[in-house]
Amino acid sequence: MVFLIQQTLLFAVPLMIVALAGVCAERSGVINLALEGIMIFGAFIGVLFVRIMQENNIFGQEQGQILMLLALLMSAVCGAIFSLLLAFSAINLKADQTIGGTALNMLSPAIVLFFINLIAQQNTLGMTKGGAASWFMIRPSTFGLPKDYSWGAILDILINKVYLSTYICLLVFVGVSIFLYKTRLGLRLRSCGENPQAADSLGINVYKMRYIGVTISGALAGMGGFTYALTTANCTSTGEVAGYGFLALAVMIFGNWTPLNIALGGLLFGLFKCIAATYSTLDINGDGVYMLSEIGISPYVYRMLPYLITLIVLAFTSKKSRVPKAEGIPYDKGQR
Amino acid sequence: MLRLDPDTGKQKWYGSDGAKSVLSAIISILIGMAVGTLIIVFVGLTKEGISLKGMWEGIRLVFLGVFSTGRDGGELTFGFNPVNMGNMLFRATPLIMTGLSVAVAFKTGLFNIGAPGQYLMGTMGTLTVGLTLGNSGCPVFVAWIAAFLAGVILGGLWGAIPGIFKAFLNINEVITCIMTNWIAANLVTWWFDAHDIFKNSAEGGKVGYIIPLKNVDVVTPKMGMDVLFPGSQANGGFWIACIIAIGMYVMMTKTTFGYELTACGSNRHAAKYAGINDKKNIILSMVIAGALSAAGASLYYLAGNTEFFWSTYLSLPAEGFNGIPVALLAANNPIAVVFSGVFMSMLNIAGTQLKSLTAYNEYIADIIIAIIVYLSAFSMFIKQLLNKRDKKKGGNK
Repeated sequence: MVFLIQQTLLFAVPLMIVALAGVCAERSGVINLALEGIMIFGAFIGVLFVRIMQENNIFGQEQGQILMLLALLMSAVCGAIFSLLLAFSAINLKADQTIGGTALNMLSPAIVLFFINLIAQQNTLGMTKGGAASWFMIRPSTFGLPKDYSWGAILDILINKVYLSTYICLLVFVGVSIFLYKTRLGLRLRSCGENPQAADSLGINVYKMRYIGVTISGALAGMGGFTYALTTANCTSTGEVAGYGFLALAVMIFGNWTPLNIALGGLLFGLFKCIAATYSTLDINGDGVYMLSEIGISPYVYRMLPYLITLIVLAFTSKKSRVPKAEGIPYDKGQR
Repeated sequence: MLRLDPDTGKQKWYGSDGAKSVLSAIISILIGMAVGTLIIVFVGLTKEGISLKGMWEGIRLVFLGVFSTGRDGGELTFGFNPVNMGNMLFRATPLIMTGLSVAVAFKTGLFNIGAPGQYLMGTMGTLTVGLTLGNSGCPVFVAWIAAFLAGVILGGLWGAIPGIFKAFLNINEVITCIMTNWIAANLVTWWFDAHDIFKNSAEGGKVGYIIPLKNVDVVTPKMGMDVLFPGSQANGGFWIACIIAIGMYVMMTKTTFGYELTACGSNRHAAKYAGINDKKNIILSMVIAGALSAAGASLYYLAGNTEFFWSTYLSLPAEGFNGIPVALLAANNPIAVVFSGVFMSMLNIAGTQLKSLTAYNEYIADIIIAIIVYLSAFSMFIKQLLNKRDKKKGGNK
């Protein structure tokens, strides 16, 4: 079970944080279809940062956690900068937000692959030495303890062979949720997604709020992208994140645009993703869940389920959906 | 305010809406190409091993890649290259079809981002029926038509799903399209994973690919393309795509049905008030869009020598997404889609030339395409600027 829970967390956490990224943008009134693109960009920046630091021998393996934190920060900052492209076209130029988002989804892999090919002469950019596990994974030896040290059943799940980024993302998830729902700025931001005209009449700067929403969204998605690359792709960037951005969009809709439901949705979809990804290895780990593969259901069914469930949920909840009312509509002061 | 010709009293040709669409498309293209050039210069200046000459070669290839005839004594040569030209038309075929798909949906006010999924379903239908019938020994002609229709029908049904969701539940088609895209990606992988008979196991190095249709001789006839462009992959599929484009133009502009679709796109509620069945039209529009995307896939794989990598559950075909820029550049005009489709594939060819002849790689073409999409998102803005300029001039008179 340890293996299954840890793996599910690995898959679920990037989903949750990127889905929350979607909420931040949509609550402020901008559809962020570019989540996938920003994730790809964030993953690339993070990996590139790790690579450059390794090449210049600035960090050694002992300082792996610090290096990872800095890379996470870099990917968040660059994700936020990249998302400004969307904010500019959607807010200032009042362009169609879905097309703008699609453009970023196309631009990001193109740029990333262009530079990866220039740097590495192939389609994959990885670390120069070592792997994600040996550099960034927390294990007993990180604390100077013997290799086979055990903290007991529960702590083993939580801190043995996990990545620090998972917990940072969880913390950020809680922090941003509190920001959105318990602070004055968060309330103002949400009001711009429901009725920007009313918000403006009360002196709230709609453009500024929407810029804040999209920028936070970009930072979270960039972070999520690097976390994904670090934990499930061995710290490599290949110009794609396997549709994770779109899956996060599904989580957001499934979670009805509220953080708690998104956390649950993320865990559920993460479990499906985990079952599909570790399908053939479940038995080896002796987790007692290998019966899933014995049922004879193709792993592709598990991969398909999240999208299918989202479609069905959409069909049944369309009447009482909490979708922000003003999302996707450019705000024009003249129409007040 | 319209600009009228003082002599004839009619609207000047360059003041019309169509001319402005063309102009804003050209502006988008030029800015995209300029950014591509800038990136080439920037990379050339910062990266060691790329000389000034290499930079100049890269820039020339971005603009004239399709006319490149390789190198002669270290210098790039340009001229008529039948292989490049033919391949350009060949690769334009699926782009034209997905472009038409997105354009038709746009006319009905729907953003068909589901083209990749419909394209995949078309691939599945065409390859399955083509290989099955081809092996069963039925006449090649019948097998070709059946394979084409199978793809088209499957794509149409797949397109109907977002249409039904939109019409009856009023759920944004973008969301349902994205979901159906990824469902299709997994469904297609599942289907081919479970059916070993379609997998290419005979040729080593082709593991993971489906048997190409040329092995069973279900291939689109060349229709003169082999004479025009010897040595290239071009075939009659391009002519078929052109005919379908003309058909779509006639349907959208000259028939009652096309008018109803456009009316639903302009204002769904007004159309309903005028007695048009808006639900039926929305679903039909998505069915047609799905069928068109799938037809693009059918024509591409019916070329025979194209191979499909079936384990596609992690990625969606680029041809589907590239239909969006093709339609946007063409301002959703079916005839213009043919030209913008050819232009997009010209950029692709330029990209491959760039990769084989210089230190740069083919992704520069993708960057240019993405920038064009980004710009066309606010092509309305560019148009408004043009209109404003008109107004100012009109006021001075």
